[in-house]
Amino acid sequence: MTLLSVEHVSRRFGSLVAVDDVSMSVEPGELRAVIGPNGAGKTTFFNMISGFLAPTSGRIVFEGEDVTRVLPARRVWRGIARTFQITEVFPELTVRENLRIAVEAAAGYRLRPWISREAEAVVSTRVTDLSDRGGLADREDRLVGELSHGDQRATEIMMALALNPRLLLLDEPTAGMGDQETYNITQLIRQLHKDHKLTIVLIEHDMRVVFGLADRIMVLAEGRLLAEGTPQQIAANEAVQAAYLGQAA
Amino acid sequence: MPRLDKRAGDVLIWFLLLTVPYWLPLAGSYVELGTHVVVYALAAMALNFLLGYTGVLSFGHAAYFGLGAYGAAMTIKYLYPSTPLGMLVGVIVGTAAAGVIGLMIVRLRGVYFAMCTIAFGQVFYFIAFQWRTATGGDDGVSAWHRVPLDLGVASVDILNNPEAFYYFVLAVFAICAAAMAFLLRSPFGRTLLAIRENERRARFLGIPVDRHIWMSWVISCFFVSVAGALFALMNNFVDPRALRWDQSGNFVIMAVLGGMRSFWGPLIGAAIFLVLQDYISSHTENWMSFIGLFFVLIVLFFPRGVLGVMRRRTAS
Repeated sequence: MTLLSVEHVSRRFGSLVAVDDVSMSVEPGELRAVIGPNGAGKTTFFNMISGFLAPTSGRIVFEGEDVTRVLPARRVWRGIARTFQITEVFPELTVRENLRIAVEAAAGYRLRPWISREAEAVVSTRVTDLSDRGGLADREDRLVGELSHGDQRATEIMMALALNPRLLLLDEPTAGMGDQETYNITQLIRQLHKDHKLTIVLIEHDMRVVFGLADRIMVLAEGRLLAEGTPQQIAANEAVQAAYLGQAA
Repeated sequence: MPRLDKRAGDVLIWFLLLTVPYWLPLAGSYVELGTHVVVYALAAMALNFLLGYTGVLSFGHAAYFGLGAYGAAMTIKYLYPSTPLGMLVGVIVGTAAAGVIGLMIVRLRGVYFAMCTIAFGQVFYFIAFQWRTATGGDDGVSAWHRVPLDLGVASVDILNNPEAFYYFVLAVFAICAAAMAFLLRSPFGRTLLAIRENERRARFLGIPVDRHIWMSWVISCFFVSVAGALFALMNNFVDPRALRWDQSGNFVIMAVLGGMRSFWGPLIGAAIFLVLQDYISSHTENWMSFIGLFFVLIVLFFPRGVLGVMRRRTAS
C-alpha cells in the first residue's frame, strides 16, 4: 500500500502561489528526495505534509487516511516525524535530556507525573541506544547548544527517530555543513534507511548527497512539479538541467 | 560534583528555613519577617514554575494570589471559622478562575499573553475594589483572624504564637515545594522544559503545546493561590492591593532577581526583596526606587539572577 499520497496540493500566500498543484506518492521503504532551485516551494510542500501549514487546496493521505486537516502533534502520533532546515533542538538541555524527552513523548508518558523504575530503565536504554547510533555517545552529557552544527543535526535526527516514525521528513539535513559533517550525516541517513527500512523524504541542495542517497527524485521549480524519476532519469532530464542552469545564469 | 553541590545547597536551605526562629532574632529581626519571606517565596516559586520552567511570562499572578487570600478571609469571616477550610476555599476559587481564564489566553504567546494576564488580573482588582458590600472595597476584609489549628488530640495556637505560625507556613511551603520539584522531575515536567526550550520542536515531538501550557498555568496558579491564602492568614486581613498588578510585578521581580532557571532562585529573590524593603523603608519612603535600581543592575549584569551567578562561579 502507498504510505503517503499527496494529491494535487496547492498553497497560496496572498497572490503568490508557492506550491501549485503538486502530487507525490511514496511507497514504504522508499528514500525520496525533493530538489529544486531556491524558492521552488520545497519547504512549503514539506510543511504541508508535516502539518505546519494547511494546503489551500488538495489532499494529503497517510496510510490510507486523509490527514489534510490533522494537527501537527497528531500527525506525529500517526507516525510522521520531521526535522527542520534550521535545526530545532532544546539547546540548554543535554543530548541525553533531548533524546529522553523524545523517547518519553513516543512512549506516551507526556502526562505522567511519575514512571515506574522499570519504565525508567527502558527509557534510559533506548536513549543510550539512540545516542550511540547517532554517534553522540561521548558527548551525551553536554548541552546541545554547545555542540557543533553537525552534532546538533544528528541529535535532531535521532530525536525524530525516537518517535518510531513510519515516515521521516528531513528538511535539508546537510545545510550549512562542511564536507566531513555532510559525509557523516549522509552515512547516518543511509544507515537508518537500511537498518529500519525506514521511509524517508528529504529536501536537499547538495547534489552529491541527493544522487548518492535517493531511490527516486522529484524536482520542483516555481511551485510546480518539473520532473520525477530515478537519479539517472533526472540527471538526463533536459528540463531539469535548464531549470538549474537558468538559476545559475 | 555538581550533583553533590546541589544536594548540599538543598540541605543548607532547608536547615536555614527550619531554624529561622532561632537565628533571625539574633540577626536583629523578627520571626514575622521570616514568615513574610516564606509566603512570598512560595508565590514567586509558583510563578517561576510557569516562567522559568515553561517559558511563559505572566504579569497577572496577583489575581490568583488575591483570590486565594479573599477566599480564605471571606470564608473564615462569613462562613465558618476554620483555617484549613478557609485555605481550601481560597485555593479552589483561585485555581478554578485560573482554569477558566487559562482556556481563553493559552493560545497567546509572549507579550500578548502577558498583557492579557494583566488585563484579567485588573478585572479581579476592580471587583474587589468596587464590590463594597461583599469585599469591603478599599478597606478590605477585616475584623476576622486565623483560627488555631485543632488536631483532635491537641491544638496548635498559630494565632498568638508567631513561631507556631511560622512553622505552619513552612510546612505548607515544604509540601508545595516538594510537589513542584517532583512534577518538574517527571516526564510531564520535561515536556514543560521542552516547550520552554523550543516550542516548535516540542510540537513536532507530538506534545500538544497549548494543552501543556494550560496545565502548567493552572498548576502555577494553584500554588500561588495557596500562597495568597497564607498571606491573608498572616495579616489577618486582606485588601485589594493583594491582587493589584504591581503585586504581580513583585513576584516577577523576585523570580528574576533570584534566578529563574534555578529552583530556589525565587526564594532567594523574595528574601532579598523583602529584607531590602524592610531595611530601606525604615529610612525612606522611596524604597521601591532602590529595589528598582538593584533589579536593573542585576538584570543588566547578571541576567541569570543571584543564584545563576553563584552557580557559574562554582562551575568554573
